[in-house]
Amino acid sequence: MSEIEGPQMSCSELVEVITEYLEGTLPAEDRARFGRHLAGCDGCQAYLDQMRQTIAALGRLPPESLSPEAESKLLEAFRGWREGG
Amino acid sequence: MAEQEASTVGDSGGSTRPTNEQKLLASLRRGDEDAFRTLVNEHGPFLMRLALMHVPSRAIAEEVVQDTWLAVLNGIDRFEGRSSLRTWIASILLNTARTRGQRERRVLPFSFLLRRREEGRDEPAVDPDRFQSVRDSNPGHWARPPAEWDSPEERLSAEETRRVLLEAIAGLPVRQREVIALRDISGWSAAETREALGLSATNQRVLLHRARSKVRAALERHFEEEQLVR
Repeated sequence: MSEIEGPQMSCSELVEVITEYLEGTLPAEDRARFGRHLAGCDGCQAYLDQMRQTIAALGRLPPESLSPEAESKLLEAFRGWREGG
Repeated sequence: MAEQEASTVGDSGGSTRPTNEQKLLASLRRGDEDAFRTLVNEHGPFLMRLALMHVPSRAIAEEVVQDTWLAVLNGIDRFEGRSSLRTWIASILLNTARTRGQRERRVLPFSFLLRRREEGRDEPAVDPDRFQSVRDSNPGHWARPPAEWDSPEERLSAEETRRVLLEAIAGLPVRQREVIALRDISGWSAAETREALGLSATNQRVLLHRARSKVRAALERHFEEEQLVR
């Protein structure tokens, strides 16, 4: 059985292909091995969950912005460009 | 707030965005200040974020952003819309910021060895000690598995967590920093990120993988320390 499905994935392999898994670029056979390993491994389920939470947390960082002074300087520069161009 | 606005525009899909963008560009070419303000509001946050990754202070980052906008204005007639506007603006910013960053920090030129280190091809995603060794019963399986993060929602948006995230990112090699900033902080697609940074598909993915793995590890350490404190 394992010969048809390829060798079992280890936890240390899973953490290295996790980005390919999340990106959807993992080849079909490896994707199946990934899924089978995950189904039986609490540690890797927790790891995948942590990875997803990390990504979500990064997406919630507050946006950067220019200071009001820099913004008004920028608009001045824009007006200069408009006059010059 | 601004992020939400930006993502609304960004998420509005392939068909509407180019039209809006073209209108905006046409107005900008006519010298319309509102069009300029709209662009600055939409793209300002990620430009500032990227600039801060290359130069040592906010003041210099703001100059880099200003120089970038001037280069955008001066080059606006050359922009043909083959790439998306934001990847074009990002590549202008990166040119400006890298040049400026090199001048400020006197970093070495981008050599082959440095590139290897940037990609971190040889670094494991997780400390090898966390896995069982060949002498154990189940080699390659977790020896010290990751714990479940409880009440993540509030914890992950906490001020303390943000500080850990930003510190972890600041500690990454610059290429990894750029990729994770565009992909995960700004929510860009892999294709846009590759285009803006001039990376192959494999490089983009390897850089993202190393960056995410290290940021996750930093969060894990932080939460473990918090647990100890409690």
